[in-house]
Amino acid sequence: MITVESLTKTYGGFTAVDDVSFSARAGRVTGFLGPNGAGKSTTMRMMVGLTSPTSGTATISGRSFADLPNPGLEVGVLLDASAQHAGRTGREILGIAQRTMGLPKGRVEEMLHKVSLTDAEAERRVKNYSLGMRQRLGIATALIGDPEVLILDEPANGLDPAGIRWMRDLLREYADKGGTVLLSSHLLHEIEVIADDLVVIGNGRIVAQGTKAELLAAAGTVVRADRALDLAAAIRGTGQTCNLDPDGTLRTEVDAAQVGRIALDAGVALTELRSADGAGLEEMFLELTAETQRETRTHTERTAA
Amino acid sequence: MSTAAATLERPARASHAAKRIEPIPMTRLIGVEISKMFDTRSGFWLMTSVGITATIATIATILFAPDDSLNYGNFAAAVGFPMSVILPMIAILSITSEWSQRSGLTTFTLVPHRGRVISAKLAATLIAGAASIALAFAVGAVGNVVGSAIAGVDTSWNIPLGDAGLIFLADALGMLMGFTIGVLVRSSAGAIVGYFVYALVLPAAFGTLASFKDWFADRQGWFDFQFSSTRLYDGDLAKSDWAHLAVSGSYWLVIPLVVGLWLALRSEVK
Repeated sequence: MITVESLTKTYGGFTAVDDVSFSARAGRVTGFLGPNGAGKSTTMRMMVGLTSPTSGTATISGRSFADLPNPGLEVGVLLDASAQHAGRTGREILGIAQRTMGLPKGRVEEMLHKVSLTDAEAERRVKNYSLGMRQRLGIATALIGDPEVLILDEPANGLDPAGIRWMRDLLREYADKGGTVLLSSHLLHEIEVIADDLVVIGNGRIVAQGTKAELLAAAGTVVRADRALDLAAAIRGTGQTCNLDPDGTLRTEVDAAQVGRIALDAGVALTELRSADGAGLEEMFLELTAETQRETRTHTERTAA
Repeated sequence: MSTAAATLERPARASHAAKRIEPIPMTRLIGVEISKMFDTRSGFWLMTSVGITATIATIATILFAPDDSLNYGNFAAAVGFPMSVILPMIAILSITSEWSQRSGLTTFTLVPHRGRVISAKLAATLIAGAASIALAFAVGAVGNVVGSAIAGVDTSWNIPLGDAGLIFLADALGMLMGFTIGVLVRSSAGAIVGYFVYALVLPAAFGTLASFKDWFADRQGWFDFQFSSTRLYDGDLAKSDWAHLAVSGSYWLVIPLVVGLWLALRSEVK
């Protein structure tokens, strides 16, 4: 269980993290989502004491990180897989963590096996590692103390699709056993497939949080019809809003069952009717973070696959 | 009631419940820091170079020194000089690599008390320094025996134990200076340049000043820490030499070290 209360970090006049509060619960994967520079990493660094907050607190199972007697055994942290001495081998880096935590030597081999780094790879210096291999090593370092809480900053960066799948299964299993997982990403799809709860941050502030189901439910319905304009008019006629994309897709807050009835009354044949789901979440993510996006948003065209 | 509620919440985390967590002992941290000095290629060669340079210096003394100079004092002086360059580098890199190589992100997360990590590094540095000096003196001693045998002169052990202690103190102060510049600058390249400015450029500047201004030449010991600490290599220090060392050391070493530690404890680790 991670509890963050009113965390704020200012640099001179710039507020990088602005009154951020949320909690990551045991047994669940909490996704920390936001565009680049939104304040995710700064928030995570404050949780583990690498950056001192201007105000606010972060606690792990009720205690501040600095009060943990041997933090590696309680919290697994991966903030930046590339932040390792390039001249050490993978095995040496794991060995340092194992010795610092006071674990038996055998844990190093177990972890190398767990993250699928071969013996030959473990003997190579980290400067020769691909980003994906560094991420695996970083995950191994985070897991070596068998902690109850994991804090991972962009752990899927640089992993190939099979690697992403592997990590997803690993974290799922970890949470199912009662662990707490907080992972950040700027990629919605990555988070969407694994997270149970979502915390969305933009410009240093939390813009949305809740369970994935709640956030998805709020995202509405996607509908296509042969006479889309008539259907749009019918939906608007009930006092609800709806948007018509140029490709003929309608999006509305009205739930699918009601859209079906409206279409029936209007005599419009539907060709597709579904909850907006992931697509809706992406829409929400882009909307919520629109002000903080570096790119001015032109149009979100998507094939309604 | 409450028991039932507790059991309802517990089962998933039962495996963790049995874990008893002890604080990390300081001895373990020192051990880890010592191994971190050796396990990188640069660290390995730096430590190995202690042995290599001591051997080269000893061989050079045997080859080039006149027979009547083949005594332990000269061997110790020959092996001592490379130590005074290498040891501060070891001290610097032990600190700065955490920032320059960014491994501090892991180090200071596993031990969220930077003061403990830095103390462990200081202890590890001094232990490595003591071991290096002992090794260098041992190489010098072998050279002394071998050299005098080759030259056919009597083996002469002409340094009193007290002087060996002073040489060790001088080297330790050099390491502390490196350590201080390390915590102040927290960047490997910057700190190494900073150390050489201190060790090579400043003495030349102070020397020039002393040769033109008599008032400075008379008081150089009070201002120039390098000047007052090199007196340690000569042995037999007067009371005034110790006073020079203490006063110049306070503002060249102690105050910068305090400022550096203050900065290192507070700086953001990115």
